[in-house]
Amino acid sequence: MSAGHAIPAGVSAAPGRGRRLLRATWRFARTQPLGFAGLVVIFLMLFAGIFAHVVAPYDPLAVDYGAMLSAPSAAHLLGTDDFGRDIFSRVIYGARTALAIGFLASFAGSSLGAVIGVVSAYFGGRIDMAIQRVMDILLAFPIIVLALSVVTVLGKFIVLGLNLYLIVAIAIPIVPKVARVVRASALGVCVMPYIDSARAAGYSHRRIIFRHIVPNVAAPYLIMLTAFMAQAILLEASLSFLGLGVTEPTAAWGLMLSGSSEQFYREAPWMILFPGLAISLAVFAFNLFGDALRDWLDPKFKV
Amino acid sequence: MLRYTAKRILLMVPTLIGVAILVFILLRLAPGDIVELKLLAEGGRVSPEALATERARLGLDKSYWLQFVDWMAGLAVFDFGISMWTGRPVIDEISSRLGLSLQVAIMATILATAIAIPLGTLAALYKDTWVDHVVRVFAIAGLAVPSFWLGMLLIMGLLLTFNWIPPLTYTPIYKDPLGNLAQLIWPALAVGYRYSAVAARMTRSTVIEVLQEDYIRTARAKGVYERLVVARHAMRNALLPVITVIGLEFAFLIGGLVVTEQVFNLNGIGKLFVQTVTRGDYTMVQALVMLIAAFFIVINLLVDLLYAALDPRIRYR
Repeated sequence: MSAGHAIPAGVSAAPGRGRRLLRATWRFARTQPLGFAGLVVIFLMLFAGIFAHVVAPYDPLAVDYGAMLSAPSAAHLLGTDDFGRDIFSRVIYGARTALAIGFLASFAGSSLGAVIGVVSAYFGGRIDMAIQRVMDILLAFPIIVLALSVVTVLGKFIVLGLNLYLIVAIAIPIVPKVARVVRASALGVCVMPYIDSARAAGYSHRRIIFRHIVPNVAAPYLIMLTAFMAQAILLEASLSFLGLGVTEPTAAWGLMLSGSSEQFYREAPWMILFPGLAISLAVFAFNLFGDALRDWLDPKFKV
Repeated sequence: MLRYTAKRILLMVPTLIGVAILVFILLRLAPGDIVELKLLAEGGRVSPEALATERARLGLDKSYWLQFVDWMAGLAVFDFGISMWTGRPVIDEISSRLGLSLQVAIMATILATAIAIPLGTLAALYKDTWVDHVVRVFAIAGLAVPSFWLGMLLIMGLLLTFNWIPPLTYTPIYKDPLGNLAQLIWPALAVGYRYSAVAARMTRSTVIEVLQEDYIRTARAKGVYERLVVARHAMRNALLPVITVIGLEFAFLIGGLVVTEQVFNLNGIGKLFVQTVTRGDYTMVQALVMLIAAFFIVINLLVDLLYAALDPRIRYR
């Protein structure tokens, strides 16, 4: 799209690009109002997550036994948990955890899946056959079973406060699903005349794959990336709920729901209500945005 | 058709062997083994000799190759071995829990289908009216609400309104049908919601599509009652993709159960899986993974075959 418009050296591209982005956003908002609402929620959560230390009224880890299990009030908007920790602050910090893990896992899984899908379609034949069989094996697991096995086997490897192995465990089940979809669209690209001419020009496989095929499967890739953000957030919450994902004392939505006993159901329903609402809202927003993005980028494409 | 079925069944074998290799390697990548976990959990220092004899007893001193061959040989005659943690045969541990999980899964499927198909059809017939909007909100929410949280909400709702929670001990349905249903209907609802949401969405879009077909207009033009047009001409054609979705989501359901069983404290396959994975009970995890994967693959195959059986236009080679 932009290949033909070379920007003269020294001239800043920023204003033109900014205006184009703004116009595209406006068009998206008008044609896909629901998807735009999802996008707004995503941005709000992103903002809350990034600036959690400013937005949250309390330290999410600060224990206050004097205020244990107190109901929502002006001091504690969403109440406190069994350690007297402020639930509103923990939900805000939980957004940081969920978005960081969700994005990294979905990005890693979708990118690897896309590359595998393109390679499989481009080379075809035996390579395609072998890759597809491996993907079939991975697809034979329900995603949570695969993620759970991988995370228990790998254990913990904390980088910048995030368990890298947890991200790997959530990314792995995404790979075969993306690979299958991207392979299908790459097969359509591979028969295009420009691929033949690129081959005839003697370009290397790597150049053809990354310069000629990958840009043409960007639409399904982006759609899968957002769709799997929702899945990844859900999966992280489930694993954390089981005690195998994010571990105490980090604030994470699934973990906040973990270990709820009858006492909490009876005396502190807010402990159960709000973290679950946060998970649902996040997944809801990404689903809405993902669906709208699909309709917008490629009306024919169905996941 | 027969040839196609045979081919598909044969193709299952390499996939299952692949699953077996994957899970076998994965488990053995984990640092520490069950013997250390088990003996050290009992407290105190354990002599290296004790560890070695326990390993030898469980066959863990053999080379990986031998362990794998042993396991495969057992699998070939449906011998899953002995649980390394409890010492009971794996097949007993699984079969005592399978009934519960399967019952919840089947109940959820029935509930979901019974809700989804009428709702989806209504939404399609009353497209762009409030009926349609309500159904769509119901469906979109179903995709976002985690089943385990919905389960917690159900328990909380029951507790706060009726001061009652579902019974915690499992009674088989043939002994006490009411007690059994009183316990299992809630997890079935919790995992079934997502299911019904997906199926309702699918039903809505296929019914809308089918209603635009020429044969529907023909049926209307020759004066067939609208009710018959919908029931005979539209539904029969619209339900095909819905069946696929129901089949594919059944596998999802098993995944949902892994988490939801914890919420309701149900001693089913899902809970067993979480327990054994964290204990590093190789024989048990291996058997469970094989079981779940086989189940998954068989359901997929059944869906494809059912699809071909119901739609005369589809002929597999």
